[in-house]
Amino acid sequence: MKVLSEIAEVIRSKNAGPFVVTFDVFFTDKAAFEAVRAAGLVTRQAVCERYNVGDNELLGFEFYPFANALKFSIKREVSAGGPRDADAYGAQQHAPLLDMPALP
Amino acid sequence: MIERKQDGEFVVISNGMLGYGFREQSLWDAVEAGVDLIAADAGSSDPGPYYLGSGKPFVGEAMTRRDLSLLVRAQVQAGVPLVIGSAGGAGGDAQVDGLVRILTDILADLGITRKIAVVRTELDKQVVQAALVNQRIQTFETGAPLAPADIDAASHIVAQMGCEAYWPALREAPDIIIGGRAWDVANIAALPLLKGYDRGLTLHMGKIVECGSLASRPTAGGDLIIGRLREDHFIVEPPNPERYCTVQSVAAHTFYEKTDPLMLAGPGGTVDLTHTRFEQIDPRRVKVTGSAFRKADRYTVKLEGARLAGYRALTIGGARDPNFIAHLDRIQADIVAKIRETQAGVVDPDSYSITFHRYGVDGVMGKWEPVKQPAHEVGLLIDVIGETPQIAEAVCGLARASVLHVGFPGRVATAGNIAFPFSPAEIEAGPVYEFNIYHLMEIDDPEGFGRTEWLQ
Repeated sequence: MKVLSEIAEVIRSKNAGPFVVTFDVFFTDKAAFEAVRAAGLVTRQAVCERYNVGDNELLGFEFYPFANALKFSIKREVSAGGPRDADAYGAQQHAPLLDMPALP
Repeated sequence: MIERKQDGEFVVISNGMLGYGFREQSLWDAVEAGVDLIAADAGSSDPGPYYLGSGKPFVGEAMTRRDLSLLVRAQVQAGVPLVIGSAGGAGGDAQVDGLVRILTDILADLGITRKIAVVRTELDKQVVQAALVNQRIQTFETGAPLAPADIDAASHIVAQMGCEAYWPALREAPDIIIGGRAWDVANIAALPLLKGYDRGLTLHMGKIVECGSLASRPTAGGDLIIGRLREDHFIVEPPNPERYCTVQSVAAHTFYEKTDPLMLAGPGGTVDLTHTRFEQIDPRRVKVTGSAFRKADRYTVKLEGARLAGYRALTIGGARDPNFIAHLDRIQADIVAKIRETQAGVVDPDSYSITFHRYGVDGVMGKWEPVKQPAHEVGLLIDVIGETPQIAEAVCGLARASVLHVGFPGRVATAGNIAFPFSPAEIEAGPVYEFNIYHLMEIDDPEGFGRTEWLQ
């Protein structure tokens, strides 16, 4: 089994405006990208389970061949930098992807 | 070496964040090779609502002065416009005034005068209320419709202006434009659009170069980038010979801080990247073709508003006792209940909120945290927001005392539960703001949207 951090060169999260955190995974090359897409382990449902969010909170889960990348976004429960928020830039929400199973 | 500017091309040198520092030689080398525009973004909503709400800048004055004085000297040497958007971070009138004051000081130090336009985009609340009444406000990523009370509650409301709002100033051949809140692309794209360059390519180039060297490698920031716009393509090129652009670094940049990397929505329409092609033309430069503009039915600008949420007092402590850590959920509930009980009839329970950030448990991710096993020690940040500083301070003081002495099953250390690193343990942290407006507003006159003033 291989996890995402073994086959991706960038795994990051960041605000896309104050109400959404967006996640990017850039794979090292086309072969790695296609292998992960074909393996079917990193899916919309798997990400929802990993982040404990409902399908309606996950936005735009999509593989993008032109950049060998995967992108999805999650609606914030509280707005960035306001009361009860813990990550104003949304920059530390990527960590659960690092050890996410990606290839069998 | 930077290629010399050719006839028929429009060359921009872009600074990603005014005041974050950049490599000076990149600026002089770009100016030497020839530029048509010097652009700098000075803002973002990322640092949070405090800056829009309070009117304060989020970059320190000394660093802003350093970057701005270099850009002004480059403007004098190049004789082309310097456009700075989203002044002071949030781009409200107070931040615009602050940046104008720094600029005025710099010009006085240099002993020169410049032709300076200011384009303001802070909105009068009546304008937003009228738009709401006329059903010209669209709900966006908040998912919640805008209410009249939200507009009343906001400390400041700004709109991200589109490219057209810069045109009245740009038509008068200014030396320097200080813009209020602006779409980050507009600072770069407004001038080439006015000169007739293709809208899809111009806006796409603006999006890529607006963050400065972020679209190049190595990925660390702190440098400038050049965009070279031609009739049917553009080229992205780092001025620093140690940096290089790759197809990946340029293509990937459209993912940054956006939800859809193929559709870049902005005022007036969307750039469609479905048929965009990226081509490595030499080891350091990437050529881009095929980006197409799709005009929207209605021209909209994005509104940003922040309201005062209260005043903060906080306390920070560490727990090392495994029984305390194991019972943290229950302990928190007991502390809140105890404060409610103690303050009954004295402080309205609706006049404050208590948030526990539990570092070592789920302090960074909250509900999204998949790891359920706490660490051997836990940092506890208790954040109290009250309607007044006095309420916040009183409740935070009670929270501090309660967490120190609260009972829990298996408690053997009866002298105290928490290690406080500070005396006093409470910190008053001043006003707290939150974004309460993030909606789209339809407008009829994109060119007349900003309020353009000329400084003497």
